[in-house]
Amino acid sequence: MVIKGKVFKFGNDVNTDDIISARYLSTIDPKELGARCMEILDPDFSKKVKPGDIIVAGSNFGCGSSREHAPLAIKGCGVSLVIAKSFARIFYRNSINIGLPIIELKEADQISSEDELEVDLGLGQIRNLTKNKTYHAGPFADFVCQIIEKGGLVNWVKSKAIKNEQLESKNC
Amino acid sequence: MGQTITQKILARHCGQKSVNPGEFIWAGVDFTLGNDITAPIAIDEFEKSGFAKVFDRTKIALIPDHFTPAKDIKSAEQAKRLKTFAAKHKIKHYYEVGRMGIEHALLPQLGLVGPGDLVIGADSHTCTYGALGAFSTGVGSTDLAVAWMTGHVWLRVPETMRFVFRGKAPRWVSGKDFILTTIGSIGVEGALYKAMEFSGEAVHSLSMDDRLAMCNMAIEAGGKSGIIEPDAVTAAYIRKTTGKKPKALDLKSDKDAKYCAVKEYDVSRWEPVVALPHLPSNVKPVSKVGKVKVDQVVIGSCTNGRISDLRISAKILKGKKVDPRVRLLIIPATQEIYLEALKEGLIEIFVKAGGVVSTPTCGPCLGGHMGILAEGEVCLATTNRNFMGRMGDKKSFVFLSNPAVAAASAITGYITHPGEI
Repeated sequence: MVIKGKVFKFGNDVNTDDIISARYLSTIDPKELGARCMEILDPDFSKKVKPGDIIVAGSNFGCGSSREHAPLAIKGCGVSLVIAKSFARIFYRNSINIGLPIIELKEADQISSEDELEVDLGLGQIRNLTKNKTYHAGPFADFVCQIIEKGGLVNWVKSKAIKNEQLESKNC
Repeated sequence: MGQTITQKILARHCGQKSVNPGEFIWAGVDFTLGNDITAPIAIDEFEKSGFAKVFDRTKIALIPDHFTPAKDIKSAEQAKRLKTFAAKHKIKHYYEVGRMGIEHALLPQLGLVGPGDLVIGADSHTCTYGALGAFSTGVGSTDLAVAWMTGHVWLRVPETMRFVFRGKAPRWVSGKDFILTTIGSIGVEGALYKAMEFSGEAVHSLSMDDRLAMCNMAIEAGGKSGIIEPDAVTAAYIRKTTGKKPKALDLKSDKDAKYCAVKEYDVSRWEPVVALPHLPSNVKPVSKVGKVKVDQVVIGSCTNGRISDLRISAKILKGKKVDPRVRLLIIPATQEIYLEALKEGLIEIFVKAGGVVSTPTCGPCLGGHMGILAEGEVCLATTNRNFMGRMGDKKSFVFLSNPAVAAASAITGYITHPGEI
């Protein structure tokens, strides 16, 4: 899968209250949540962002609460991919589980707001068309790949005869 | 190679003799938890999936504690979804307002989580139960739904960081200060993806309430879990809450277990600390904070709404008055704690001092309701997060502390060391 979009850049420790404030958690509708996405950090974010655009951030993206509303809000406002130096762990698994593509990238700080990126998720290759640079992300673990391929955890569960067995942890 | 207590619990739950950090496992769960914010998404996923039955109706808790008593119609609709789902699937541990308490205070109190258990909850502070010697971690709503379908969760076995606390903690220094100081020393991503194992004589001399407060905030350092090896305090707590002989009390990390890092602290010269806006790692000793005026003080939450938190607050507030320009909100975390506070006369002390006492709710902690801040207002709270806009307007300010500091500050109107009262 290839994603092409414009970058919206954020800093370190973007927390789940920044992504979607708790006062909006009385709905689970991704569109409604999306309209409030990143409101604290950039009140006009949801108006500016176009389908396919990409969030790039520093370390510990998505720290704080377990609210799945955070990746749902990001998906709901049209963002196609989040790239960060590192992710908080619950946000990471939530994104995998709901099928929001995310990439951990050491060179995330070399990417600037408004850069155009072309990302090949399968290859883990990120081309910065504005800066004419290419970065390579580490591969997902095989298990995580399986969930992504099935389009989320629920589909993965339904596609498997689940047994209490060891999951393969080799990389794909 | 020796195993940490976390590795041992995870291995037992996926039918292996041992597990290694980095390995992905499909682990059986002993207990699961969802609340009025996270469970509605899980219910949607469960119902869409076509699974007819939950894996075990006795191993699911549905706790409407965040926006309840319902703050508006939409919140009422979300709480109603829990109630309807609970009735349909005969969920044993559904608690309506009046029996409900803040989830991470309620589950231990009801004896539903214990040593050696593997617990997941769609709430980041699920890491609280590590205080009882459980592997316990926050997950998302989809994880919760899948656990209801299969009784399992996918986990990547974490590396363990060991934190050794030596010495004897001075007066006014609590479990909250242990964890805030730890977060201050390693940062909000200092334990990212890691299990945090708290040990040393200073930890083992803490009460269970203090241990629960400590493990509760492992997530604030990025931790997957916090854990304390079970001991006599654990055994006494389990006997009291379940009326049964505790099991798995012998669970310990092996002497040759591998840790990715070991941090040692000597607590004997510590003083209470405060986390300044807008990160829980922005920690200073209370004497170094300066004269910070407060508009609101909140004593409560899944971190510090337990009976010992209310007792120490009442001790400081007894016979005193809250500063005329300060709002003091006190929120006992469960109905049992509320009742105990009533019996001990604590509620009377709070009301006479000029504080208000609320029914159990997460309310103000996450900026939901029951104490939202206006622009420019400052709150000192015993809660767990002080992110920008967390408790209200994005230009409001939240400071975090233990209950003694919070009670003292309510009296003076500015952040105050309890020793000054």
